[in-house]
Amino acid sequence: MPMREALRTALHEEMVRDERVFIMGEEVGAWDGTHKVTRGFLAEFGERRVRDTPISEMVIAGAAVGAAMAGLRPVAEIMTINFAFLAFDALINHAAKVRYMFDGQFKCPMVMRVATGWGNQATATHSHTPEPIFAHFPGMYVGMPSNARDAKGMLKASIRDDNPILFSEVIALYSKPGLVPDDPDFLLPIGKGDIKRAGKDVTIVSIGRGVDWSLEAAEMLSQEGISAEVLDMRWMRPLDTQLIFESFKKTNRCVVVEECLPYYSFGSEIAAQLQEYMFDYMDAPIKRVSAMDVPLPYAKEIELMALPDAHKVVAAVKEIL
Amino acid sequence: MSDLTREQLLEAYHTMVLIRRFEEKCKELYAQRRIGGVYLHLYNGQEATGVGAIRALQPTDHVITAYRDHGIAIAKGSDPKRLMAEMYGKRTGVSGGKGGSMHLADHSVRMWGGYAIVGGHLPLAAGIALKSKYNNDGEVVLSFIGDGATNNGYFHESLNLSAVWELPVVWLVENNLYGMGTPVEKATGQPEIYKRAIAYGMKEYGRVDGMDFFAVHKVVSEAVDYARHHGPVLLESITYRYEGHGVSDRMYDKRAEEMQQYKQRDPLIVMADKLQQMFPDIEPDLAKIEPLVAAVVDEAVKFAEESPIPTAEDLVNHIYA
Repeated sequence: MPMREALRTALHEEMVRDERVFIMGEEVGAWDGTHKVTRGFLAEFGERRVRDTPISEMVIAGAAVGAAMAGLRPVAEIMTINFAFLAFDALINHAAKVRYMFDGQFKCPMVMRVATGWGNQATATHSHTPEPIFAHFPGMYVGMPSNARDAKGMLKASIRDDNPILFSEVIALYSKPGLVPDDPDFLLPIGKGDIKRAGKDVTIVSIGRGVDWSLEAAEMLSQEGISAEVLDMRWMRPLDTQLIFESFKKTNRCVVVEECLPYYSFGSEIAAQLQEYMFDYMDAPIKRVSAMDVPLPYAKEIELMALPDAHKVVAAVKEIL
Repeated sequence: MSDLTREQLLEAYHTMVLIRRFEEKCKELYAQRRIGGVYLHLYNGQEATGVGAIRALQPTDHVITAYRDHGIAIAKGSDPKRLMAEMYGKRTGVSGGKGGSMHLADHSVRMWGGYAIVGGHLPLAAGIALKSKYNNDGEVVLSFIGDGATNNGYFHESLNLSAVWELPVVWLVENNLYGMGTPVEKATGQPEIYKRAIAYGMKEYGRVDGMDFFAVHKVVSEAVDYARHHGPVLLESITYRYEGHGVSDRMYDKRAEEMQQYKQRDPLIVMADKLQQMFPDIEPDLAKIEPLVAAVVDEAVKFAEESPIPTAEDLVNHIYA
C-alpha cells in the first residue's frame, strides 16, 4: 500500500485501540486531510475525536500540549512544516519543556504531524525541510519515515510514546507503495535506525526522501563494483549514532544525504560526531549531499538544480574513494 | 454581600495576607541575593483578584497563569515551603529548582504552572479545557491573562478556538494597567479589554474592581458557572501591581501618586473593612492572622534555606518521559 495508506492505517488502529487518541488540525475532518491521510475519519469517529481547527498554528500546537499534559493523546496536524514555524514557540518552549521545567510533574504525549519536502514548484515559503531545527532541542523527538512500512511502525510507536514528537511526512513519498505488516501491534522503536542495504566500501547515511536517492546511488555504484552501505536513520532525534559508528568502523568513509539545507544540518551533526568519536577510523573527509544553500525558486528547471539526487550522491562517493 | 461563610471568608483573607507577606519576604530575600536569577514578578496589590477568582472554583477545577505566579500558586493551595524552596532553586521546590519564580506548577492542586512566554499558556489552557470537554467531566479551567498578553496572537487564536469548540474556560484578564512599562492605552486599540469577547461571539462578564475580593468572587463565580455549562467567557479585573513589572523595575517610582490612590484601596484594607461591617465581632479573629502568617513565611524561608540543592543527576533527568 502507499505510505499515505500506511499512515492512515496506523492512525486508525491507534484510535480504535485507545479512546484518548484524537486528531486535531487543519482540514483533517470534512476535507479528509490535505493529503487524504485521515480520509473517512470524521464519518467514522465523529467530531469529538476528529477536530477541524481554524488556521491557527499557534493554538493547534499549544492546545495539543495542554491536552497532552491533561491526559489525552493528541495527534495534531499542521498542513505543512512551513506553517509550523508559526507554532515554533508552542513546540519548543512548551511541548519540549513542560516536563523538565516542572520537574517531571507532567508528560506531554503528543504527535505533531507535518508534511514536508520540496520539488513541486511550491516556491521559497512552501519548500522547507527544516527538521534539523526542531531536532536541535532536547525534550522533543523528530521522526521522518522513508517508506510505507516504516511509516506505520514509527507513527504507531509515536502515538504510544509519552513524549512530544514532530512526525514529518515527505509529500513526495505519500504515493510510494510498499509492503506493510497487518499486525496492529507492529511498532518500530523510537530512535532506532535501519540498514537499508548492506555494503563495505562506504557508508551512506540518510533519512526521509534521501534514502531513495541513496539506494538508487548504491545500485549505480554497484555496477562499477563499489559496495555502499545505506543507513536510514528514521529519527533525527534520538539519533542512532551507534548504527552509524558500527558501519563507519567497517567502511571508514561516509557520505550524508539530506534533503535539508547544508548549514547547521543533519549532515553537519553526523559529520561532527564522526570526527569527534570515530577519528581513528576515518580514511577520508565526510561528504554531505544537501540541498543548495538558496531559497527555492518557482521555475522548475532551476528549482531542480538545487535539489540533491542519486547522481550527486554517486559523485560524492567517488570523491572520497 | 457574599454566599461564603464567615470561616470561608476568614480563610480567603488569611490567604491574601499570606500572599502579601510572602511577596514582601521574596523582595527582601532577592535584595539580599538569597533568591537568585534576574526575574521576580511579585503579586502585591493583586491579591483580591487571585484569591477572589480561585475561591470561585471547585478543588477539581484547574488554574494556569503567566509568570506573576506566586500568589496564584498560594491561592490554589500549593505549600508555601515548597514555593519558597523553588525561589531558592532548591531540590525541594515545587518545580525541583528547575523552574524558578516564573515556573511554579503543582499538579497535586491542579495548578498547571506559571509560564514566561507572554500569552504562551493560553493555548495550553484551551488544551486542558479540551480534556474536560472531551471527557465531559464538568471541570473548568481558570486562565489568568496579563493585559500585555492580550495583544499577541496567542490571545486571538486561543479565545477563538475556545469559542468554536465551546471549551469550559474562564479567561480572566488581570489588567494591572501596564505591560512592563507600556500603559494599556498605548498598547491596545480597545483598552476595555473585555469588549474583545464580541469578536469571538463569546459571553463576557465586563469589568470588575480587582481590588475588592467580594466583587471579584461574585462575578467570577457566575463566570465559572457559565463556563461549566455553556463554554468560554471573558472578563477583566482592574488591579494594580505595587512592585512594578519585576523587582528590578524602577519606573514605578514615577507613578507614586497613582500608586497611592490604589494603596488607599488596598485589597487587604478593603476586605478587612467589609468583614468588620458584616461581622462586628470579627476583630479578634483578624488579629490572629498576621502572627500565623509570619510563622508560615518564616517556616518557608527556613525550609528553603535548609533544603538541598539539585544534583548533576537532576540536571539531566525529566528531559524525556
